[in-house]
Amino acid sequence: MRPTSETARNPAGLRAVPPATPPRGRPLYWSVRRELWENRAVYLAPTLVGAVVVIGCVIWAFVLPARLRAAGADPAQQEAILVGPYAGAPAAVMLTTFLVGFFYCIDALYRDRRDGTILFWKSQPVSDRTAVLAKAAIPLAVLPLIGFALGWVTQLAVLLLTTVSLVAGGFGAGLLWGSVPLLQQPLVMLYGMAVHALWFAPIYGWLLVVSAWARRAPLVWAVVPPLAAAAFEFVTSGTRHVGTSLRHRMTGAVPEAFTVVDDAPILRLAQLDPARFLASTDVWVGGLVAALFLLACVKLRQRAGPL
Amino acid sequence: MACIETRGLRKTFGSQVALDGLDLEVEDGAIRGVIGPHGAGKSTALHAILGLLSHEGSVQVLGRDPWSERDLLMRDAAFIPDVAVLPRWMRVSWALDYAAGVNPRFDPARAKDLLATTHIGLSQEVRQLSKGMVAQLHLALVLATDARLVVLDEPTRGLDMLFVKRFYDSLLADYLDRSRTIVIATHEVENVQDILTHLLFIDRGRALLQGSLEELEERYCEVRVRPEALEAARALQPIHERRSLGGDIFLFEEVDRERLADLGDTRPPSVADLFMAVTSASSRPGRAGSS
Repeated sequence: MRPTSETARNPAGLRAVPPATPPRGRPLYWSVRRELWENRAVYLAPTLVGAVVVIGCVIWAFVLPARLRAAGADPAQQEAILVGPYAGAPAAVMLTTFLVGFFYCIDALYRDRRDGTILFWKSQPVSDRTAVLAKAAIPLAVLPLIGFALGWVTQLAVLLLTTVSLVAGGFGAGLLWGSVPLLQQPLVMLYGMAVHALWFAPIYGWLLVVSAWARRAPLVWAVVPPLAAAAFEFVTSGTRHVGTSLRHRMTGAVPEAFTVVDDAPILRLAQLDPARFLASTDVWVGGLVAALFLLACVKLRQRAGPL
Repeated sequence: MACIETRGLRKTFGSQVALDGLDLEVEDGAIRGVIGPHGAGKSTALHAILGLLSHEGSVQVLGRDPWSERDLLMRDAAFIPDVAVLPRWMRVSWALDYAAGVNPRFDPARAKDLLATTHIGLSQEVRQLSKGMVAQLHLALVLATDARLVVLDEPTRGLDMLFVKRFYDSLLADYLDRSRTIVIATHEVENVQDILTHLLFIDRGRALLQGSLEELEERYCEVRVRPEALEAARALQPIHERRSLGGDIFLFEEVDRERLADLGDTRPPSVADLFMAVTSASSRPGRAGSS
């Protein structure tokens, strides 16, 4: 049957619909969850790397007793052999989360424009600010927590395997357990993830802006202009300010936030230097730049449609 | 009360004018068909109405400014932008969880009831569904939301006839249950002409004609003119003439019914025929389409 204009004039359209405001933070929570549904690499890639590290460690555990015997009775050398994998295993996992973060950001505000699903997301009662915040939360909060948790689990697995190997090889576990600061390590890792999130924030922000702005090839737009600027500066004036600051932004977090002597592994709380890190202008300028980038993302997102 | 009101809505993309001063009023509780050929400005108009596109001119939807309050508007408005904009990686159950998570007006139980009448499984991913099933899923998501305004932009483009029929049957059944305001933009007039209460014909970014179906049926009349009455019929200045197997069909605007009855059999024009007549009349030099 065809509805008539009478049905249309019927005041049903004026019925009182109760105002429906979702609880605060709920749209953000679900927006983050949807990012994890779409981007399973966020947790799968670090898990995979952690698993590979653990498998590598199983093999290493078989040759460990022979290595230790070859090192002789020098405790310093023995300790170096034991601590290397213990410190390196979580580092591999955490490094993976940074890489995942970079690749996530460069696609985050581009993909749904390219495949047209932005029209679905924008038809939901989620503000552009919430959408951008949810995407920024992946590299700034979710990935650091994943890196910390999986890094710790990987480290405990390495510790367990090493212990089994030592006991089976007749060395006893004392050598290892005496040289690793078991309780300090998780705090060191948590600190490491936090300072890196803060330090990399302007990089993540830049990648997000490019992914919100570029009409094609966001990766090229993100990488080529900074490199071109560095090259241009060097060619025209012979100086390397741009290149140096870019490199500092990529690799500077450890020297800014830790006290490192002779590339020794960072294991102890005494090696952390939060006061120096927080007093660094580079940290605050970076944070401000990141905030401006995110603001730009919100503006770009409001105007964004399918490509 | 007007659910949607636009005044002088204008949008240009570079030198191309997509909307050229569109005035539109959609009253609460109507099913408004926005009919026009490809590139007429239908999608642009709907996007501006839902705050997805910047524009010139004023737009008020459910008492809000869509451009600055899109997220608030979307609590009361549901939108199917086109077929196949649901993310292909999404599981059906995720879509339900997400919708319930961000919108308290979404009722997952109702969505499940609606999906139970289809072949869509909750654990399936959108990529596994046929185009028709994706449209069914999107419609279920929209109908399970207690939205006052439902906007559909070519929601059944390229679907099998069976899916199209089911789609509009579910939409109408839902409308009769809760009566919301529905806006459907399409160039496939035949699919929607039986469910509309109001019409807007749009071409080249302008409204050619708008009004309720009753008003239009009063205003326009189609006559199958008897061969001997052709001259007399032309004297009454039909806005459109066409030949069909049944004879010559003339369309008249605001001509006395009794005079028309003398010429042959009269009947209200179909939406498709009216659209044809109005568009060709408006593109004829010297005679602008009226509204």
